[in-house]
Amino acid sequence: MSAVTPARADAPGAARTRALRPRSAAGALVLLGVVMAVALVAAVAIGAAGLPLREVVAALAGAGDDTTRAIVRDLRLPRALLAAMTGGALALAGAVFQALLRNPLAEPYVLGVSGGAAVGAVAAIVLGIAALSPWVVPVAALAGALAAIAIVFRIAAAAGRMLDTRVLLLAGVIVGAFFNAVILLLLTFAEAESFRSAVFWMMGSLSGASWSTAALLAVYLLPAGVLLLGLARPLNLLAVGEETALHLGVRVERVKLVAYFVASLLVAASVAACGVIGFIGLIIPHALRLAWGSDHRFLLPASLLAGAAFLLVADTAARTLAAPAELPVGVITALIGVPVFVLLLARRRV
Amino acid sequence: MSEEREVRDVVAAGSASPGGAAPGAPATANAGAPRAGASGAPAGAAAGPANTDAPAVFTARGLRFTYPRAAAPALDGVDLDVPPGGVYAILGPNGSGKSTLLRVLLGALAPQAGEARYAGRALAEWTPRELARRIGVVPQHEELAFPITVRELVAMGRYPHLGNWRREGEADRAAIEQAMIRCDVLDLADRPLATLSGGERQLVRIARALAQQPETLVLDEPTAALDIRHEMEIFELVAALAAAGGVTVVLVTHNINLAARYASRILLLDRGRVAAEGEPDAVLTRETVERVYRWPVVVERHPGPGRDAGAPQVVALAGEGGGDVRGSKAAE
Repeated sequence: MSAVTPARADAPGAARTRALRPRSAAGALVLLGVVMAVALVAAVAIGAAGLPLREVVAALAGAGDDTTRAIVRDLRLPRALLAAMTGGALALAGAVFQALLRNPLAEPYVLGVSGGAAVGAVAAIVLGIAALSPWVVPVAALAGALAAIAIVFRIAAAAGRMLDTRVLLLAGVIVGAFFNAVILLLLTFAEAESFRSAVFWMMGSLSGASWSTAALLAVYLLPAGVLLLGLARPLNLLAVGEETALHLGVRVERVKLVAYFVASLLVAASVAACGVIGFIGLIIPHALRLAWGSDHRFLLPASLLAGAAFLLVADTAARTLAAPAELPVGVITALIGVPVFVLLLARRRV
Repeated sequence: MSEEREVRDVVAAGSASPGGAAPGAPATANAGAPRAGASGAPAGAAAGPANTDAPAVFTARGLRFTYPRAAAPALDGVDLDVPPGGVYAILGPNGSGKSTLLRVLLGALAPQAGEARYAGRALAEWTPRELARRIGVVPQHEELAFPITVRELVAMGRYPHLGNWRREGEADRAAIEQAMIRCDVLDLADRPLATLSGGERQLVRIARALAQQPETLVLDEPTAALDIRHEMEIFELVAALAAAGGVTVVLVTHNINLAARYASRILLLDRGRVAAEGEPDAVLTRETVERVYRWPVVVERHPGPGRDAGAPQVVALAGEGGGDVRGSKAAE
């Protein structure tokens, strides 16, 4: 299954599409950076309140009236930053998991992290302790995610060779299925109100964004991002084969261990901050691969930028399309992501 | 058995060493450092038993390895000395331990008993990266998880020199291009690997190993499933590398007759033990080959033309010729 996606970008028929996009990886990164910056500005400028751009700029600079300042600086800006970081984190983790598991269908939640987080969050909501503090749900979700990581890793490590990718994948799927059963069990006993908020949490939302959640994610994303970007070359070699990677000088077990833990913790942090937001981690790395190839030196930073831009756009749409009501952002990511992805797949065959 | 081997080693070292090895070499070998002497090293370097400045070769003593839950050991007391330079072929029936031996020699498997050394240093003491700067490996099996181009794959050979962050410099680019020229795949550089034929792909993987600028090249069944032309191309290439480039080539193969023509020495494995070791002429006798492969054969001479005319060529016999070996099979 894993070797069936040869890049056709160099086939003669693809020359036309190739000319439409930057040839080099560096050019593509610049382009994605610009797109991300535009999306960030748009996310701050556009909102239910319909503020003119001039007032938004003034508010950012510290001028203007209190309400505008509060909307722009305390609501939109932290939310946009959280969206950018979450989108980037999920896409980056997705790209790493796809390389680690040597499987283009892997995504950030495939190893059970989201299931564990959801058990924690739903339990907190259903048991009624969520009301105690706005921090209860994120902390419970984080605890659940960490528990899931520990359990999956224990299973994979117990099954002999450290981090056999097939065992890891199976363990993740099985543990995820178990957590799903636990969630359904919890929801069975939930009252209508907590049922609703639990379901909304699981659909993912950035509405809980604040400067402190954004700062917390940033504190984790920064070192994790640097560490994972540094693994780009070993991941390239692992994609050729573990034996090959070893003979080219990669400490295979160590790289897999670091990649697995850092990426999992990244997912855990983002799920704790804003629930389970699907499709980004699967689709963004895939789309980038189809467009520019699989070199992880390009793919990892590109995933970070493209994931950020994508979630910024999706969240802006979620906030504004049905304003004042808010659509679940996970629905938007799927509604935009899937058709774009299908288009990319279809074009590849030209 | 091992004494017999030593004798053969010493004899072979005397006759095989190019440019007439110092007449003293066999003598040195007899005088207390037989293994190092047999590896063709200058007498001076072979003097000490703890030979830290040893030549770039593999040595192994008493290797034993049994896979978990396996009934029989994959390696059962294997000794080996790969002399520097030349082509060293490891032969043997399926399941005789060839690939396991390679894994142990490359530090990918730790033997349960015995010790393997590279350049005089135990494999356990090498980091993967140190080893990769000196040994280029072409594994038997590779399955790409994601599509990449020929140049991208060859450039991976620079990883042991660059590590995770250092950028490709002029020297790296030159090494990559040289390797692709050497393997005649430069014109394929921008092609996705998946669009190449099996033979082309194998040449590209050898180019990756050459981009490492190794002193030793290890190939695990490099010509399995290739046509005659590609098979010959690869054997010609590795023989030329060993002859001109000063690279030591170690290869595992099922093609006895090409090994007989291109290898300077052959190690024949049989169920985890060394059945014979030495020059092709000495190893590929009718008795030895029939005993190891349990099939009737005759050994002919390569008729030529070519510089390898006269090399032993093993011909496996069809049905009728098998009478006496069926007998020997029954005897076992």
